[in-house]
Amino acid sequence: MDIHEYQAKKILSDFGVTIPRGGIVYSPENAENKAREIGGSRWVVKAQIHSGARGKAGGIIVCDSPLEVAQATDKLLGKKLVTNQTGPEGKIVNRIYIEEATDIERELYLGLVFDRSSESIMVVASTEGGMSVEEISKEKPETIIRSKIEVAVGMQSFQARELAFGLGIEPDLIRRASETIIGCYKAFSELDATMVEVNPLVISKQKQILALDCKMSFDNNAMFRRNQVSELRDKTQEDSKEVFASDRGLNYVSLDGNIGNIINGAGLAMASMDMIKLAGGSPANFLDVGGGATPEKIVKAFKLVTMDEKVKVILVNIFAGINRCDWVAEGIVEALKKIEVNVPLVIRLAGTNVEKGNQILKESKINYIEANTLEDAANKAVAALKK
Amino acid sequence: MTVLIDKNSKIIIQGFTGKMGSFHADEMIKYGSNVVGGVTPGKGGSMHLNLPVFNTVKDAVSETGADASILFVPPAFAADSAMEAADAGIKTCVAIVDGIPSHDMIRIKRYMRRYTKSSKMTLVGPNCAGIISPGKSMLGIMPGHIYKEGRVGIISRSGTLGYEAAQQLKNLNIGVSTSVGIGGDPINGSSFRDIIEKFETDDETDAILMIGEIGGPQEVAAGEFAKENMKKPVIAYIAGLTAPKGRVMGHAGAIVSAYGESAIEKVEILKECGITISKNPSVMGDTVKSVLENM
Repeated sequence: MDIHEYQAKKILSDFGVTIPRGGIVYSPENAENKAREIGGSRWVVKAQIHSGARGKAGGIIVCDSPLEVAQATDKLLGKKLVTNQTGPEGKIVNRIYIEEATDIERELYLGLVFDRSSESIMVVASTEGGMSVEEISKEKPETIIRSKIEVAVGMQSFQARELAFGLGIEPDLIRRASETIIGCYKAFSELDATMVEVNPLVISKQKQILALDCKMSFDNNAMFRRNQVSELRDKTQEDSKEVFASDRGLNYVSLDGNIGNIINGAGLAMASMDMIKLAGGSPANFLDVGGGATPEKIVKAFKLVTMDEKVKVILVNIFAGINRCDWVAEGIVEALKKIEVNVPLVIRLAGTNVEKGNQILKESKINYIEANTLEDAANKAVAALKK
Repeated sequence: MTVLIDKNSKIIIQGFTGKMGSFHADEMIKYGSNVVGGVTPGKGGSMHLNLPVFNTVKDAVSETGADASILFVPPAFAADSAMEAADAGIKTCVAIVDGIPSHDMIRIKRYMRRYTKSSKMTLVGPNCAGIISPGKSMLGIMPGHIYKEGRVGIISRSGTLGYEAAQQLKNLNIGVSTSVGIGGDPINGSSFRDIIEKFETDDETDAILMIGEIGGPQEVAAGEFAKENMKKPVIAYIAGLTAPKGRVMGHAGAIVSAYGESAIEKVEILKECGITISKNPSVMGDTVKSVLENM
């Protein structure tokens, strides 16, 4: 789960990281007042969307008066911002963060992620803040320093100090820099985060160490014990079909193609997408209804896939184990009584009681194309498209 | 001896009296697994499915001699149950449950470092289908009848894609020595490399089929291990050629976030390691067959 910049900043500041003064606003009047309240003579108006690279997309505007702040807010609010991370449809701006402008002396990079090889938390830092970590590793890999943190004992002061010295931070600021790095580590480990990225972490001309922009992501599996974090979810930043799916316990990812998929198991779903591609087609979605593929889930899956106007063919591929094919077939028949499907439907059942399952489908009056293997299913789906 | 479990494995169910635990215990017993009891804290001393229920894993082990366990406990309590099993001397533990936080998985793995290699439990999963040695024992939730007895080892992150492979092999009259589902989470108990090493020394396995997917370093680590240390042939299929970068594809661990984690990159690296690639998921069985014929 992702959260907004201003929410991540609030969390980090609770863990002892210094952030510029700022506040969230929802209207231009609000923004003007907030600018006066913050004080100073320059402000930054920042569109809050779940994406990086907002600056290049025009989502960050520097202003010299409260009136300009109001105008910039007016310009951004309600707009869709398209960045290189949002896809062509962009993301809606519903919240604006107003922040005092910072006199920047140096820009650094600080990121924390899980390292799946060593099964520890990896802190990554670089002197080249402001660039994305991908750009840094491509263009300035020699500037990257890493520190592997032993989760059982947590981050030690010396590890934070080594990173701070490694970034060339001057001796007077080392202590504050170490506290900042440890604050980020604590936020990561205490809140079940999967990513904390402060980019840039800046040293201001006034010798403050500030988190100027930051991103945090959290482990969805841990939300049952992180109520305060889960409340920060902003569904307006997610694909509406993906929200519909996650609310109903389905794993769904929206894609560009026109063959809709209903499959049980994530691996089988990815494999079916690969087969569609090999057969010359293109999947409209990834959809895993769960290994069990209960009839209720199948009804919800049909609802979801038929919501997508791009879908010209639907491919159902279920490998039934403990949930027998006859049971799954009844679920499909039941679903098609409730939901109108106006596109060709290809169904491939496999596993326990497959003959019985196929017989139930045949005897029902549903209109479908039967397939026997993964390959057969993909070929028939692509062929149905061309008709 | 097959990999991880055999006919003599004494199995207990953790979360025995719950709906999931009861259902799958019954399925395992029907398959012929030697289930000797279960654990549900607070229900010790009672009987369930004609088998004894214990309060703790330690009690279960000392009363029944159990050496294998399978977890059907909710995600929030799964880490605790896995560590309890490790501490009680269980040798093989399968965590079926989907939804264990990554921070908890790291904690479990840290905890298990206290044991020497010979006394350390093998944890398989979470978010997996479990283990089956066809004709001998099933410590999992798979449909047992799709597995034919034989000499090919299967390791798969995905449950249903592992079933697909077993079915394709059976249709070609090829059997399986053991199939191990290592699960779809980013941090798991056993990696491809951990299990592939066990298959290499197993005298009932001739070849290994590895079914991977996008995300994480484990397929490549197994490939490098195979190149350096293995004599038995390895066949691999990697799912997710069409998966977009940076998106989680169902499995929490199925996300491309670094170099070498996409399906295309994994396939290239595995080829360099001398592994035979099944070019698509519908020819996993055929690819294994042609490798076996050339041995």
